[in-house]
Parts: sequence; structure tokens; C-alpha cells
Amino acid sequence: MPEIPSSAIESSRERPRIGVYVCHCGTNIAGIVDVRAIVEFAAKLPGVVVSRDYKYMCSDPGQALIQQDIAEHHLNRVIVASCSPLLHEATFRRVLSRAGLNAFLLQMVNIREHVSWVHLNQREATEKTKDLVRAAVRRVSLHKPLQKRRVSINPHVLVVGGGIAGIHAALTLAEAGKQVYLVEREPTIGGHMAKFDKTFPTLDCAACILTPKMTAVGSHPRIHLWTYSEVVRVEGYVGNYKVKVRRKPRYVIEDLCLGCQECVTACVYKEAKNPDEFNLGLSKRKPVYLPFPQAVPQKVVIDPQTCIQFKSGKCKKTCVEACGDRKAIDFTQKETIEDIEVGTIILATGFKTFDPVRNPYYGYGRYANVYTSLEVERLINASGPTAGEIVLRDGGQPKAVGIIHCVGSRDANTNRWCSKVCCMYSLKLAHLIKERTGAEVYNFYIDMRTPGKGYEEFYDRLLDEGVHFVRGRVAEVSDWATHPSEKGRLVIRVEDTLAAFVRRIPVDMVVLSVGMEPQPDAQDVRRLFNISCSTEGWFLERHPKLAPVSTFTEGVYIAGACQGPKDIPDSVAQAGAAAAEAMALIDAQFVELEPYTAFISEDQCSGCKTCIPLCPYQAISYMEEKKKAAINEVLCKGCGTCVAGCPSGSIQQNFFEDEEIFEEIEGVLAYA
Amino acid sequence: MPEKPKVAFYWCASCGGCEEAVVDLAEAILDVIAAVDIVFWPVALDFKRKDVEAMPEGSILVSFVNGAIRTSEQAEMAHLLRSKSKLLVALGACAHLGGIPGLANLFDRESILKAVYLEAPSTVNPEGSLPTTHHKDDGHSVELPGFYNTVQALNQVVEVDYSVPGCPPTPRIFRTALQTLLGDELPAKGTVLAPDCALCDECPRKDSKPEQLSIVEFKRPQQLLIDEQKCLLAQGLLCMGPATRAGCEALCVRGNMPCSGCCGPTSRVKDQGAKILSSLASLVAGKEAAEIDRILATIPDPVGTFYRYSLPASLLHRKQLDRASLHEAAASK
Repeated sequence: MPEIPSSAIESSRERPRIGVYVCHCGTNIAGIVDVRAIVEFAAKLPGVVVSRDYKYMCSDPGQALIQQDIAEHHLNRVIVASCSPLLHEATFRRVLSRAGLNAFLLQMVNIREHVSWVHLNQREATEKTKDLVRAAVRRVSLHKPLQKRRVSINPHVLVVGGGIAGIHAALTLAEAGKQVYLVEREPTIGGHMAKFDKTFPTLDCAACILTPKMTAVGSHPRIHLWTYSEVVRVEGYVGNYKVKVRRKPRYVIEDLCLGCQECVTACVYKEAKNPDEFNLGLSKRKPVYLPFPQAVPQKVVIDPQTCIQFKSGKCKKTCVEACGDRKAIDFTQKETIEDIEVGTIILATGFKTFDPVRNPYYGYGRYANVYTSLEVERLINASGPTAGEIVLRDGGQPKAVGIIHCVGSRDANTNRWCSKVCCMYSLKLAHLIKERTGAEVYNFYIDMRTPGKGYEEFYDRLLDEGVHFVRGRVAEVSDWATHPSEKGRLVIRVEDTLAAFVRRIPVDMVVLSVGMEPQPDAQDVRRLFNISCSTEGWFLERHPKLAPVSTFTEGVYIAGACQGPKDIPDSVAQAGAAAAEAMALIDAQFVELEPYTAFISEDQCSGCKTCIPLCPYQAISYMEEKKKAAINEVLCKGCGTCVAGCPSGSIQQNFFEDEEIFEEIEGVLAYA
Repeated sequence: MPEKPKVAFYWCASCGGCEEAVVDLAEAILDVIAAVDIVFWPVALDFKRKDVEAMPEGSILVSFVNGAIRTSEQAEMAHLLRSKSKLLVALGACAHLGGIPGLANLFDRESILKAVYLEAPSTVNPEGSLPTTHHKDDGHSVELPGFYNTVQALNQVVEVDYSVPGCPPTPRIFRTALQTLLGDELPAKGTVLAPDCALCDECPRKDSKPEQLSIVEFKRPQQLLIDEQKCLLAQGLLCMGPATRAGCEALCVRGNMPCSGCCGPTSRVKDQGAKILSSLASLVAGKEAAEIDRILATIPDPVGTFYRYSLPASLLHRKQLDRASLHEAAASK
């Protein structure tokens, strides 16, 4: 770690000469806060030498103003009262550095997000600003010069999730020469996209565009593809993560299996009996199976829950016989834990679809012919359970189909958000159903949301194709016939809000356009990788506009639907962005970390060991010979947990020393 | 023969244990008497307040005041000794932090007087008389000390130069403090005259404390057969050692009892109770709210345990007064 020059330490010990700079932020701040009053107030505070305001402090002239004052007035502390430090702390720190001051002798006061944007009363806003500025003046006097830490970046990348986002990120990185570990929970990559038949609005065959990428992943020399695997532990810090991956036993040795599926044919079960997960239970599979024909890797997997050998140990093992000399089947396989070291992590863990059982009035699970949109995707898919034929559960063909939008979306009772993709995929399904069956197709929508390249045009096309559109939220799906034409059919009851009356529309098949939800274990994954979630449970980006694929944990990026509902083009774009962010870090070869680390003063530590289990980063160890605790500064992320937990106050944290915090609190509370 | 330095002792709201601590110096007290001239010590020598009043300002080298400030008389004496002394030293936990009498800050004056003079089962007070500061009888009137709403540590009433911690300070702490005060080099004003490290540092059981402590139940000493070698916290006993200043050589722990925190926090800590709370809370084994609640419910008398000696000096200071009492408190200042 570079040393802080002794001159910097000396100058910080001099009597504070503080410059206070109040930003108007156009009218963002000045519209509510009386900026002049703040300048005059600050000028009278002890230690303040200069106090100024400016329209845009972050602009070049604003920065130059501060820099000039530092030189002219020999300032040794600077306060900028403006926006959130998240936005411009780095900017103003650079100003201090350029002027020859240590960057950490700056304190920002957030009077935009914390004051002007949240208050309506001018007088109150101005008074609050005064309190905050007073607190900063008192705090900044105690600031000490600090130095950022530099750590190197391991060039390997971990990508979690093998859907289209994870696949794209992994390929982009591998093509750029990086080693990638792609970890997927299921036995194959492909994710949701692999289940689709066509993609909107171009009606490209999903498999035709996805499977080449899947195969590329499977055969890429720089991608370690670990399917049927899960990340179980993440330690370390940006550039230097240590990750444990649990590889579940598939009871088939991946290196030896050729994917010939002779074992599947030879299985003692002549008929497949178990619900096929990939087809959402619409078809059956055997205990030994390939998830779907284009699965990557092309390796079978044995389900121990249903395999006779696992259940009774008394199977004839015809599969082993069929496998013959390849000897790929291994009933004794155990799970293994792989330890890997990576510098950056991309999370592309995707979404789950809404379970419409939660909306009982749509009859899902009660009426055989109420399907989810994903089930219909499988029905339409040429390699699906019906080879692309749209048939009802009794084998008949529907003459009328109702597609209900916004199931589990835009609904105060379930999920409030718009799932963004449902309007478009509903239009796609309407088109495909109409094309394949000639049935009357009804779309029940609240609003038709089709922003996107070529999307509105696709909607227009559907209007011309004779698909019916009824604007209104469906009240109920039932089999209660009130007219002979409704007998034996499903009746959709809906208020047509454009025609202003209630319709009853009998159909043979109902498609519920289910929305997107966070994965059920999103919270566990969030904890594992130490990132945040929004209140809905989507992974939280560092900034919704300016850092959309970064997280609050350095070196961990998010891509695809784990961050929020999005379609394939958006997921791929995010995946590319996340890959680029990871590469930017890798190619820089090092990263500078904030110096907010905690430190233990050895002569004060009593060796009570309270702090050791508290550290989430395993940065604290107990020195047996000295009987004291010590913090590894490289591992410390400055979370402050040990500082708060130390019962004798012997741990302090740079930039958050007790004196600094108490001064700040007292400054806020010292009403003028 | 040069004049010996003058020393005074005084006793405010305390049990008298600190006076005992001075006597506990045993033979060493003879050295003290040889080195200093005791000019005021009501518990042992016959001096009166007027004797002190007659002394010139700053003529006493050190005044040792033990006990918290609970009455107006104690406050007056504290001010008087302050003006007559070069150094004013808070002796013992009550003067240092408020001490056991400071737990009265969980109540206010009215409720205390009511409990003691009207409600206590052993009280016989048919007229319901309550203590008063003015009393007239037979043409004579007397002024009596007022009873404050809030107990304060000595330094909350007058400027204090040093504190000697402990309930009471052990002979070793007191002797070392005395040597420091009579020596040539005085420590910085405000220093607590004991090591600035927590008790675990000098605890004989330190090595037996596991790195990963996980508490499933807090136990009181009578609830188990205490292992004499093992860390008491590791046995589920609520030991204040990690949050308490060292210096006593872990006397209680050596006596197989958990540290109760009498030496107060280290200089880095403003609130001893909050600190032990935040450290203990992180050691509680439970993960579910109900389980955590169950474990925390086994802590007997949380304020009396965590703030046994330090309530007035802590950030809590006292239980919030109702509006009327607040006005009264403000008026009495």
C-alpha cells in the first residue's frame, strides 16, 4: 500500500482552513434551499475561511473555483454541499488531488436528495441544510489524509446461470480471451429461451438462434461449463474471489458419456412415466434422460428419485449394459466441491414465471384446458410434447382460444409491476395459434404495451390478421354455461371497457399470460454474493441509469431477467454490457479500493475475540502469540460491523472514526 | 521540613466502600500518611465544613471525592472542594460514572420518595410526611439538603481532573493512582487512572474463550456449577469483562463470578452498556426472531446488568422525565 506523504499528514494537523461550496444544481437545489443564506451561515462557522455558491459546482468552472481557492486561501479542508456523494464525490476528490490536497479531506453534504428533493417548505429546507453543513464543518476538521488501496484483478470470470444472458456473457468473455466458469443449476444450459418456439417480433425460430450459441459454449476451449452445479460459497473481494461450486452427481460420468441415449432406450422402464420438467409436465420422461434433444452438454442424467436402482438396488441395470465399454454410468457418483478463483462475477440467474394457482378465479389447475403461456410455448414448439400441434388435453383441437394478459402482473393482489414481455409474447402466441389451428383467438388486455423495435408493427399486423382484442381485465374463467353454446366449454367473463358492457366469451382453451417473478431463492443468492435486492426481489443495480449492470459489490455484475423483467434482446444487451464491465476491470489489471478499512490498535485490544466471528469477509484473525486480534486490510471491506461490535472500542474505521461520527451528530443537533 | 502535600477525602452518594478501600491499603496507609497531610476526611477525622471553607483557594493538592451527586448538599461540597483543590479526583464507580445509586435514574424523585416514605411495607408514616427542604418547628426554621430528580456522576457537576475506577477501587488501583498523582508527571486531564484495555486482557481464563462464541441461553451464577477454568461467557454467564476496563486483575472472575462492569468502559467507549449489548447481540445463536427473543429474555434485568455502574454517565443518562418533572428539573438548574 502506498504511503501517505508526511507533508500531507502534517498539513492535516494544522488548524483547519475550510472552504464551503454550495451548489445550486440549476434550480434543483436553489429552487427550495436559500443558497445565499447557507453561504452566509457557513462563513461564520468556526474554521471556515471561504464560503461560496455556484450554479453548477460539478462543472469545469465550478471545479476551477474550488481549486483556485485551495491555492489562494491555503485551504486544508473542503466541503461541497450539492448532490449525493454517489454521484460526484469522485469528481470533487479529484479537484482536491489536483490542488495538492489529500482527496479524503473532503466532505460532501447531500442537500439535493436529502433536502431539496424531499422538502416543500423553503424555510425548513434551508434550516435543515444549515444543520447538515454545520455537521460537515465539525466533522471535516477531524478528517485525516487517507490513501486508496490497489489490488490486482484475477482475469478469470464466473458466470452464474446458463440462460441466454449467461450464455451470451460467457461467450463474449471467452471470445475476448478470458477464462470463464459457467455454472448452471439444471442439467443443461438454455434457460427459458430453449423452451420457446418462435421469438417476437421477427418470428425467428428460438432454437435456430439459441442452439448454435449453446453448442459454442459447450465446445469453447476457454469456457468451463459446469451444469447441474450450484455456487455454495463466495469469499474474497473484487478481483480476488474464492468460490466453491457444488457439482451435483448426475450418476453419469460426463467425460465418458457420448449422448447416444442408448441407455435411455434400454432402461427397464419401457414407457416413460415421470413428468418431464423441460416440458412442464406435459410429457413423460424416464429416470435416465436427456433434458431435451438439443441439450448442452449432450450428457444424460439419472434421477435418483425415480430410478429403480436407487430406490431398491435391485434393478437389472440394462442401461449399464447398453452403455457397455463406455462405462459412463456410475451409480456411486458423489457430489463434489470445486474451488475456483475468479476476479469478477456475472449473475444471470433469470426469473420464474408467476404461478397462476394464486389467481384461483382463472381456474388454472381446476380446468384441464387452462394453460400457462409457457406450457403453450411447449405445445407450439416443434420439438415439444405434441411436436408442435396445438391440442387440448383430450386430444381435440380448440376452435376458440382466449389469451388473458397480465396474470400476476400489474395486479395489486399479486405483483404490481408490468412484466414487460407478456403483451408481445401473447401477440406472438395469438399469431401462432391462429396460424396453426385457424381458431378464433381473443386477447384480453388492460393496455397494449408494445414499445420496442418492430413491436408496434407486429401488433398492427395482428390487428389485420383478425385476432380479437378485448380491453378489460378478465373477472373469471368458469365452466358454468348459461346458454347452450357455452356447454362443455370455458367461459371468460370480462368487462369490455371500450364497449362498456360485460361479455361472456366461450372458448375451448385459455392461455394465461403469466408474468415474471424473481427466482424463489433470489434472497439466498443475494446473500451469497453480497448484493442487494429491490423490494420486489429483483437484484438491485448500482444505479438505474448510469450503472445498470453493476451492483453495490465491486466486481459483481448482473444481467438479464434477474435484474427485472426483460425480453431476449434486452437480456443479451445487458449480458454484453456486464461482460464489457468485467473486461474493463480485468484489462485495467488492478482496482483502487476505498481506504475505509477498520484497524485494531494492538495495545488497546484485550483479545476478547468478539470481533472474529462477526467479520463477513473473514478478515479478522486471532494472533495466538500476542493474544490479540488483527485485521487483514486487504480482505476488509469497511462494513464497520466489527467496529460496532468491539466491546472495548478498540477497533476504529478510517473515515468513520467515533470522533468524526460524534462530531457530525453533535453538529446536526446543535441548533443555531 | 518542607510542607507535605495536603489531601482531602469526601463521601457523597455511596455505600462507604470507597472509604474502606482507602483503609484497605493496610500498612501502606502509613506510607500515605507519611507522604501527605490529610486535611479533611469526615469519615475518620474530625473536620467540619467550615474548616474547609476557611482554607485558601487551591491549597489542597488532591481531593478524593467518592459517591455520586444525589443531593444539593453533595453538589455544594463538590463545588467547595473543587475550589479549594488543585486536583479533584473521582474515587470509585459512583463518582466516576454514577454507580449503583445511579440506577435510581430509572425513576424520578416523586416516585422514589413515594416508594420509600409511603409505600414500603416496613414504613409507618400515618401522616404521610415527605422529606422537605424547609422545616419550621417551634419558631425555628431549618434548611435541609434537596433531593435531586437525577443522580449525576461527579464530572457532570464539577470539573474533575482524574477518575479512579472500581466498586470499590482495589488497593492496587488506588495505590497506583496515588503514586501517579504524587509523582512528577501527571497524565492528561480526564484520564481514568487504570489500564485502558478491557478486562479480558488480564483475565486468567482468556485462553479458554472460543473464537466462535454462540450463546443459546444466558445463565445466572446460581443456575449452574461454574467451571473454574473456562471463560464465563462461554458458559453462558453474562460477564461484562469484554466491555470493562482492566486493572482489578479480574478479582471477581478469580472468585468464580462474572465481571459486573464496575471499572466502567475504556476511554474509547461512551456507553458501556450499549457496547456490551452490541457485542453480545452478535453472539446470540438464534436465527429466527422468536428464538432470538427467547435467548434475550434470559438476560436478567438488562439495564441493571449492562448499566449497573454507568447509567448516569451513559448516553441513556436516565429514564425520560415526564413534562412536569422536566420543567422542574430545568427550574432547579
